[in-house]
Amino acid sequence: MRDAAAPTGASGTAAPTEQLLTVAHLNKTYAARGGGRIEALRDINLEIGTEEFVTIVGPSGCGKSTLLKILAGIERRSAGSVQLRGRPLDGPTRELGLVFQTPVLLAWRTVLENVLLPVEVQHRDRAAHRAKALDLLAMTGLDGFAERYPFELSGGMQQRVSICRALVHNPSFLLMDEPFGALDAMTRETMNLELLRIWKETRKTVILVTHSIPEAVFLADRVVAMSPRPGRIAEVIPIDLPRPRTLDVFTSRAFGAHVAHIRDLFGMAGRLDE
Amino acid sequence: MTAPALNETTAAAAPAPGRGFRLPGSDLDRQAAVLAVLIFVVGIGGWEAVVRGFRVPAMIVPTPSAIAVSLWKGLASGVYLHHLWVTFIESLGGFGIGAAAGLLLGGIIGTSPLLERAFYPFVVSLQTVPKVALVPLIIIWFGYGLGSKVAISATIAAFPVLANTIVGLRAAPREEIDLLTAYTASRWQIFRTVQLYQALPYILVGCDVAMVLAVIGAVVGEFVGAQAGLGFLILQRNLYFDTAGEFAIIILLSGMGVALHLLIGWAHRRIVFWNPRSVQGPSAH
Repeated sequence: MRDAAAPTGASGTAAPTEQLLTVAHLNKTYAARGGGRIEALRDINLEIGTEEFVTIVGPSGCGKSTLLKILAGIERRSAGSVQLRGRPLDGPTRELGLVFQTPVLLAWRTVLENVLLPVEVQHRDRAAHRAKALDLLAMTGLDGFAERYPFELSGGMQQRVSICRALVHNPSFLLMDEPFGALDAMTRETMNLELLRIWKETRKTVILVTHSIPEAVFLADRVVAMSPRPGRIAEVIPIDLPRPRTLDVFTSRAFGAHVAHIRDLFGMAGRLDE
Repeated sequence: MTAPALNETTAAAAPAPGRGFRLPGSDLDRQAAVLAVLIFVVGIGGWEAVVRGFRVPAMIVPTPSAIAVSLWKGLASGVYLHHLWVTFIESLGGFGIGAAAGLLLGGIIGTSPLLERAFYPFVVSLQTVPKVALVPLIIIWFGYGLGSKVAISATIAAFPVLANTIVGLRAAPREEIDLLTAYTASRWQIFRTVQLYQALPYILVGCDVAMVLAVIGAVVGEFVGAQAGLGFLILQRNLYFDTAGEFAIIILLSGMGVALHLLIGWAHRRIVFWNPRSVQGPSAH
């Protein structure tokens, strides 16, 4: 296993990254029916730097979503520690932005009201964030849709709204759980490019879970490959592809080598599950 | 990069879901309306013919024309309107109080697992009591006036709202609650930003049932002891063997029920405008 702690600087920017999140000896077990225990995560150690883009890839049951939920404060860990800038992180934090596989927009709120949800819940200054929200909507190609309702938007547009919502309160890191898994392949490629652009413009740390190996390689500074039952980190792979990345990256030799390497890791071909 | 975004924009500019179905549906609607009128005319005509042809005594089954005459006379003299008003107020008052009580109690029970478990046996056992059996008691407690009818109506109307509120508060998807939790929302914030809204379609369906039951409660109350109202009037007409009059009053009652049902359906569409599945409005029970 490679050293997960080493910042890679693979993005081309030589600036030293400071540590943002530190996960140490993290374990998660569930009580199973009939009294047994199910081990979902075993001894997860991971350090993530500021402004880093980390993708987590692995087959079903490898605990990648569970790991994300623990980082989001939605689920409790069983053992180990999570630290945010050296301070223990034991529950939900105001510094987080969250995107699920489905947009999870509140149907009775307009697009703008949905984007402002974290601002409202966290009692931040609504007037000041309104302009920010409109800027984000413009940045994601949704200007003019602020007063629409979610059911008036396509799936891809809804997911963009949920990305705006995850950014509106200026969080220090973004957790994304298969954010484009429900979209068609064409929209998905566009969204990947847009995500890289947003990431570049907003300088957030992104931790993104996916079950598509090419997507994981395309986006990441580092790919965390996980193996199932119990969920462990199989390998952390630095991705040295130059940025900014375009769709041409998909046909490059280096890209193919990374994808092949991760596939070998899982002893599979192509997509991991479904 | 802008090209796909543009495509999505135009796709979303198309008519909102639900509206596009009007055109193919309108033909069917028109045919159904014509058929409904036809059924009505044939039914009423057949009724008139059979009663006249077989010389059925008016005391047993009156002709539709006799009912129409009775309805017209009663309305013109203002007698029906007076009693209709009494029953209307009783039903509406009973519905209002019952629904509010059901909503409040359901809200308390639905948000606390402890209270839900503690209250559940009582709710179930109360629900199995035929509420009509309480009517004589309620008349003793509240007298022969308006109060007792409102109380009966409220007792019956409360339960569907109570039950649907409890179910509705559990209807919020796990992900929406997770999202709010991750954004550091308190339990109270989760309740009023998500759970309450997700419960609204359920509560409104409960209200629709409650509305119908409230009218039944008022009329049954009037049967047992009253000085006014359509139920009271039915008994009076019955005493004089004025069968046509009874039918006329039943028509008034059903008209009132339909109006109140439509009112709730309208409110439902206005309040839960975002839920395409509930736009149709709840069906009557």
